[in-house]
Amino acid sequence: MPSTPTPLTQGLPSAWSAIGVAVALAIYPLLMSVAGQDFYIGLGSRVLILALAASALNLVLGYGGMISLGHAAFLGIGGYTVALLAQGGSAPAWLAMPLAVIAAAAGAALIGAVSLRTRGVYFIMITLAFAQIFYYLAVSLRGLGGDDGLPMLARVELPGLSLGDDIGFYYFVLALAGLAFMLLYRLAASRFGRALVAIRENEQRMAAIGYPVYRLKLAAFTLSGGLAGLAGALLANLSLGVTPHLLTWHQSGILIVMVILGGSGYFWGGLTGAAIYMLLEESISTHTEHWNLWLGALLLFIVLVAPEGIMSLRRKPAKAERA
Amino acid sequence: MNPALLQAQGLVKRFGGLLATDHCNLEVARGEIHALIGPNGAGKTTLLAQLSGELAPDSGRILFDGKDITRLPIHKRVAAGVARSFQITKLFERLSVRENLALAVQARSGHSFDLLGAVADEAALDQGAAEIAARVGLGDVFEQVVATLSHGRQRQLELGMALACGPRLLLLDEPMAGTDPEESRQMGKLILSLRGHCTFILVEHDMDAVFRLADRVSVLVAGSVIASGTVDEIRSDPQVIAAYLGDDHDAGAAA
Ligand SMILES: Nc1ncnc2c1ncn2[C@@H]1O[C@H](COP(=O)(O)OP(=O)(O)OP(=O)(O)O)[C@@H](O)[C@H]1O
Ligand SMILES: [Mg+2]
Repeated sequence: MPSTPTPLTQGLPSAWSAIGVAVALAIYPLLMSVAGQDFYIGLGSRVLILALAASALNLVLGYGGMISLGHAAFLGIGGYTVALLAQGGSAPAWLAMPLAVIAAAAGAALIGAVSLRTRGVYFIMITLAFAQIFYYLAVSLRGLGGDDGLPMLARVELPGLSLGDDIGFYYFVLALAGLAFMLLYRLAASRFGRALVAIRENEQRMAAIGYPVYRLKLAAFTLSGGLAGLAGALLANLSLGVTPHLLTWHQSGILIVMVILGGSGYFWGGLTGAAIYMLLEESISTHTEHWNLWLGALLLFIVLVAPEGIMSLRRKPAKAERA
Repeated sequence: MNPALLQAQGLVKRFGGLLATDHCNLEVARGEIHALIGPNGAGKTTLLAQLSGELAPDSGRILFDGKDITRLPIHKRVAAGVARSFQITKLFERLSVRENLALAVQARSGHSFDLLGAVADEAALDQGAAEIAARVGLGDVFEQVVATLSHGRQRQLELGMALACGPRLLLLDEPMAGTDPEESRQMGKLILSLRGHCTFILVEHDMDAVFRLADRVSVLVAGSVIASGTVDEIRSDPQVIAAYLGDDHDAGAAA
C-alpha cells in the first residue's frame, strides 16, 4: 500500500470513520430529545438532507472534477415529483421516493448527455442554463403551482413509522441518506471511483489509455443527479411542499459552497460542509439581520485557513493519532 | 493476409485555413519500427492524433489490421491494440508510478463500470504495473509520485503508459525529446528490446536514433508523405535531402 496519500487514496474513507459517523447520527435525536431540544431534531433532518445533496454533488465536482452549477435542477425534479404524487392527499413512500430518484436521474442523464460534451467554463454555464430552464418551467406551469409551488398536506406514508413527528422523520431521512452514503462509499473505493478521480486528474491521458471517458462521466453525473433528487424529495417532505426557490441557481451555489467548505473530493466533505454551513447560518441568523454578511466573512475565513476544505485538515493529524 | 498492419489513405485534416494533413498516405508493416520524420510543424503529431482517434480526419480513411477504424472512438482503438505516447509528457503527476501504470492496466482489463467492487486490494493491477515498471526501468521509483521524478524518468513512464495498454501498434511521439544522451540511448535500447513484440511508428527528430532504430522511414513535409523507404533509400533520396535532410546535414557539417 502507498506510503503517502495521493489523490487516488485521499477520497477513500476508513471503515471506522463510517461507523463513527453512523453511530453519532443514530443517537443524535435521542440526545436532543432527552435534552428537551426538539427543535434541533428537525434541524438535524435538514442538515442530513443537505449533506446528502452536497455529497451527491461531491461525486461529480470533487471526485470527477465536473463543476456543475445546475444541481438545483435535480433537487427540484425530486421535490416536485413527490409533491405531485402527494396531491391526492398522501403517497406511499415506497412508490414516491424511488420515482423521485428515477425522475431526477433521468433528468441528469439528459442534461449530462449534452453538457458533458463541453468542458470548463462552458460546462458550468450549460448546467446553469439547464437548471434555469427547469426553474422557469416550474414558475410558469400552472400544474406545478407557479410561484407558489406545490404544498403537501402530509408527508409520504410508511407503514409502521410515523413520519409526521420529528424523530420518526429523522430516522426515515437517516435510513435513506445512510443507504445513499453506503452506495457512495462503495463507489469511491471501486474501479469506477478510481477511474473518475483519474479523469479529474488527467482526462486526456485517461482517454489515451483506453477509458470511455464520456460514458464514465455520464454515469457519475446520472448517479449524482439521482441522489440529489432523493435529497430534493426528502426536502419536500420536510417542508411539506416545494416552491420554485428549490430550483434557483442560488441553491446550486450553496451546494458548491458546502462541498468546497467541507473538502471537495473528500468522502465526508459534503456532510462536513453542510453541517458547518447550516450551523453557522442557524446561529448567526438568530442574532442579526445581517447574517448573510457575517456568514460570508466566516466562510471566507475558513476557506483561507483550509483552502482544500475542512476535511483536508484531518489528513496529517489522523496519521499521528494512529501511531 | 495483408502484410500492412496500418494503412492511412488520403488523410486530410484542416485547422481553419491551415492544411495540417494533406492527402497523406502511410503504410506500416507488421512488426517493423517505422520512423516518421519531418521538419517542425510538418504535421507529425497531428497525423498521430488521427491514428489514435483524438482527432477526426476531414477525409480519408485508416485501416488497422485490414479493418476500417476511421470512425472508431479512442478507447475502442486502444482495445483493438493502438496506443500512443505524447510529445509533451501527459502523466497523472500527483499519482505514484504504480498508480499511473495500474490505471492503464485496469483499462485493459475492463470492468471500469464495476461500481461496487473494491480496488484497494487488487493485487493483479499492481502486479501488472510492476512488470511494466521493471520493463521501462522504473522499478526503483515504483512508489514515487510522478511530479518528483526527473524529466528523463517521466519520459520512460510516458512510454510505459502506452506499453501498459498492451498495444500491437505503438505510436511514439518524440520519446527522446528533452532527454540527455545517456537517457536517449537507454530509450533506444528499450525500443529495440520491444521490437518484434509490437509494431512502432516512431516520430523522432534525433536522426542518429532514427537511422539506428528504424526499419523503414517515412518523410512528412507540409502534411504529406513525400518519401517512404528503408534507411538507406531515404538517406540517398534527392527529394528528401532537398526538402529536409539537407539543412540538417549542413548544420551538422558546420558544427
Ligand atoms: N489544434 C490545432 N489547432 C490549430 N492548428 C494546429 C493544431 N494542432 C496543430 N496545429 C498546426 O498544425 C501544424 C502541424 O502541427 P503538428 O504539431 O502536427 O506538427 P509536428 O510535425 O508534430 O511538429 P513538431 O516537430 O514541432 O512537433 C502546425 O502548423 C501547427 O501549428
Ligand atoms: Mg509534434
